[in-house]
Amino acid sequence: MAVIKLGSGYNIGVPPQACTFMERPAQALAKVHEVSQDKNLPTLSIVSTGGTIASRNDYRTGSVTSQFNAGDILVAIPELAAIANYRAIPLATILSENMTPAIWQQLARAVHAEIRNGAKGIIVTHGTDTMAYSAAALSFMLDTPVPIVFVGSQRSADRPSSDTAMNAICAAAAATSDLGEVTVVMHATTNDDTCAIHRGTRVRKMHTSRRDAFQSIGAEPVGSVDYISRKVTLTNDAVKRGTHTLALHDQLDPHCALIQFFPGMFPDILKAYEGYHGLVIAGTGLGHTSTALIPGLKRLVENGTLIVMTSQCMDGRVCDRVYDTGRDLMAAGVIEGGDMLPEVALVKLMWVLGNEKDKAKAAALMQENLKGECTRRSSHGL
Amino acid sequence: MDYKKIGLVAGIEIHQQLDTAERLFCHCPTTLREIAEHNGEFSRYLRATVSEMGEIDRAAKEEMKSNRKFLYYAYDTTCLVENDEEPPTPMNDEALSVCLTIAKMFGMTPIPQVHTMRKLVIDGSNTSGFQRTALVALNGKLPNGGEIETICLEEEACQRVKDEVFSLDRLGIPLVEITTSPCMHTPEEVQKMAEFIGMVLRSTGKVKRGIGTIRQDVNISIAAGARVEIKGVQELDLIAEVVRREVQRQINLIAIRDELKGRGAHIGATTGTDVTVQFKETKSAVLKKAKKIHAIVLPGFAGFVGREVQPERRLGSEFSDYAKKCGVGGIFHTDELPAYGVTAEEVAMIRSHLKAGEKDCVIIASGASEKQAACAIAQVVTRAQIALSDKPVPEETRKLLESGSTAYMRPLPGAARMYPETDVFPVTIDEARWNAVTVPELLTVRAERYAKEYGIELPYALQLAGSDKLPLFEQAVREGIKAKLAAFTILSTATELRRDGVDIAKVPDQAYLDCWHAVEDGRAAREAIPEIFRSIAAGSTFGESLQKLAPAVSREELEAIVRKIITERSDFVAQKGKGALGPLMGVVMAEVRGSVDGKLVSEVLRKEIDRATGNR
Repeated sequence: MAVIKLGSGYNIGVPPQACTFMERPAQALAKVHEVSQDKNLPTLSIVSTGGTIASRNDYRTGSVTSQFNAGDILVAIPELAAIANYRAIPLATILSENMTPAIWQQLARAVHAEIRNGAKGIIVTHGTDTMAYSAAALSFMLDTPVPIVFVGSQRSADRPSSDTAMNAICAAAAATSDLGEVTVVMHATTNDDTCAIHRGTRVRKMHTSRRDAFQSIGAEPVGSVDYISRKVTLTNDAVKRGTHTLALHDQLDPHCALIQFFPGMFPDILKAYEGYHGLVIAGTGLGHTSTALIPGLKRLVENGTLIVMTSQCMDGRVCDRVYDTGRDLMAAGVIEGGDMLPEVALVKLMWVLGNEKDKAKAAALMQENLKGECTRRSSHGL
Repeated sequence: MDYKKIGLVAGIEIHQQLDTAERLFCHCPTTLREIAEHNGEFSRYLRATVSEMGEIDRAAKEEMKSNRKFLYYAYDTTCLVENDEEPPTPMNDEALSVCLTIAKMFGMTPIPQVHTMRKLVIDGSNTSGFQRTALVALNGKLPNGGEIETICLEEEACQRVKDEVFSLDRLGIPLVEITTSPCMHTPEEVQKMAEFIGMVLRSTGKVKRGIGTIRQDVNISIAAGARVEIKGVQELDLIAEVVRREVQRQINLIAIRDELKGRGAHIGATTGTDVTVQFKETKSAVLKKAKKIHAIVLPGFAGFVGREVQPERRLGSEFSDYAKKCGVGGIFHTDELPAYGVTAEEVAMIRSHLKAGEKDCVIIASGASEKQAACAIAQVVTRAQIALSDKPVPEETRKLLESGSTAYMRPLPGAARMYPETDVFPVTIDEARWNAVTVPELLTVRAERYAKEYGIELPYALQLAGSDKLPLFEQAVREGIKAKLAAFTILSTATELRRDGVDIAKVPDQAYLDCWHAVEDGRAAREAIPEIFRSIAAGSTFGESLQKLAPAVSREELEAIVRKIITERSDFVAQKGKGALGPLMGVVMAEVRGSVDGKLVSEVLRKEIDRATGNR
């Protein structure tokens, strides 16, 4: 159907044969926005990767796509100008499901360059689907003295109720704060009042569509931002600005996978992973697969695959010493992933294997807490 | 008034809620709730967005002048779609079917492919900041020769609880919006067409009934005036009056402009003067509370700002409406002062301070901040400029006040207000679907049929056809109840009981049916119906009420009772013969206490009297 916009603003679809070609409209030029900046404010860099926060309707396809750059965000959210100066770095315009480890590397390098060039904080705009993966990736690839804040939006920027503006404003406040680590800043609740600051290695998207989809799992958020006052509150656990010296470790080994075990899984599936350098299993409960899978896992380990067990429970710690199956898995060479989130374990495995070629040392690194991804103690949570 | 001469042109937009099982874009029921039943709340802000054409709609921009926090009440009958936390479901097909039925009833042409749009509304009444709406059909006919331009399927907005608090129970209920061409030329004609359209809608049997379920917006202009849209007229009877008053307002605004010009009125300064210090000692509660007070002189405006343009509405009210968009409560003008705690001395002082002459009017605006007071003055200047201009009637959307007068709401929205709802797929209306749409009988036609088939008088039949108990009536007739009995109970008995203070709404439809069957089976007299309804309305069940008020009496028992009464009054019966029937009816009816229909009593009584007198 051909879509016609009526004078009333309504669109209607009519068969193309009912339409007559009259003329082509004049080519509309994109508006160039001049943004005035206050030189007394700290400078932040906004690295844009695309996603809902930078999206608008595409009238060719009728769907939402990402087309704008960071400069456009400033025009859309003028309040940002009162918080900082901004350098806009359009890195990519992809939907986050199309993110790759190669783009994580580009992102890490771009962020590293911005910090080296004096940015007092970094905002990374990102689609929410895989934002937690990217935040984890940057957590491992960068030692940072300044806040690196990932932000996105769950409700598209083209709606008046969008969470874009509040999330971006809170992200800018967090990026100018005393924080010194990689975080995700998004709505804390369904209300437009507070954003939570989540550690990049503990955060997970827990709802398909709600504003407060992002939750810290197995840990509390490291802080919060009050939307109205822009006040940032950090917990004692938050890594503070200046704690670390800037360093980039941008090697990754993407030859890794994450599989979720399910009852009745055919052991044959494991054949697909032959030759993989690393494999994370999201096992059941304390960290199990069926006994039927163990010989196949053993073969993979013997052929050089580093296999890390995590749990599909999300909350809690893996322990393969309680039941026979667990002991057999360990005997087969599978290592426990502690309380790491399965996706974080995957990203860490890529990073560890990218930087450490010695399998024993790599296995040890997987069990060591590097960026808050594994805790030594499980908080009682009461 | 000669409406033809002044060039009155009017059109209406009718919004009617549909009685579907689920909402338009989610699977929640369409039930309205009590505010006290809400089981969750959340707060949001809204901001205007740029349309696909790259503009911000002027109506939306106006609402943006104040950054308001909205609070929403959620219920166990609302979901994440209402919270604007989940994408919408596909368009409710039941609602689309009803909409197509209505379109066909008006002889309209369906749109080949229906596209859902987002209509920007950022006054808080939609959690998303837009109302989803789709144009479904075009070009219908009205009996006055006018046209129905469009029919749209839309989602209802939230119910406003108070100020910035909204209730989600109404959000998303399907609504049809029917827009006529500007084809009406007298106030009465507007009302008549609204009544006709309402009747057609009710003929589908699929629209909600009761106050608030249908709302009319009226578009009015006169030749020298401008198009004004008046929102939310809920009572049909008020429509003609609303039209008359708007015509009056436009005529008065034009007259005021001519007189202002004649007097040499003009706009001097366009920004106000800070007079906060001058009112430091004021006794006026409003001014005392204000952080900042600004004032401005409107040269030549004295006497006009206080001039009435509609009952209880002055030019000053129009200024005040504009100023309120900045968040202030209103303004003061010297045409109405001294009053509201502002003294004559203060008026003289401020006049002299601002060097205002006798023919000048001073406007005072107080606000919680410099920005707010300045904004209010700027708004007044804008409105005063319009009052003096070639187009002294601004095109705008106005809201109805209780009396039938109106107040400014916002500018008329433009096309920039609409952009596509990309989360909802378009729906194709192919020929097969359109051909399958059946057109129900019009209520007026149905009334004529009832009159003919059941011997009900036409005015009565029209009332019945328009009643929300119509489905009950039809069911009763299907179940073999006499049409007259059902019609009488619905239209007469129930109405009388309601007037008598009985909460007749508490009598369920099933109780009506049970009652009628009892009468038809001879288990209760039709005379007992009012008492049975009273008892049910007071909380009893139908069974209890029947037992108590009309215990079952068999024919044999009735005959025994009649014989006993005749025997006791044998002299009287002997004396009067057949003439005893009337007086004895009452005695028997009292004895059987409404358990037996009067007809049966009369039949038995006649037989027994005959027997008694014949035997003698």
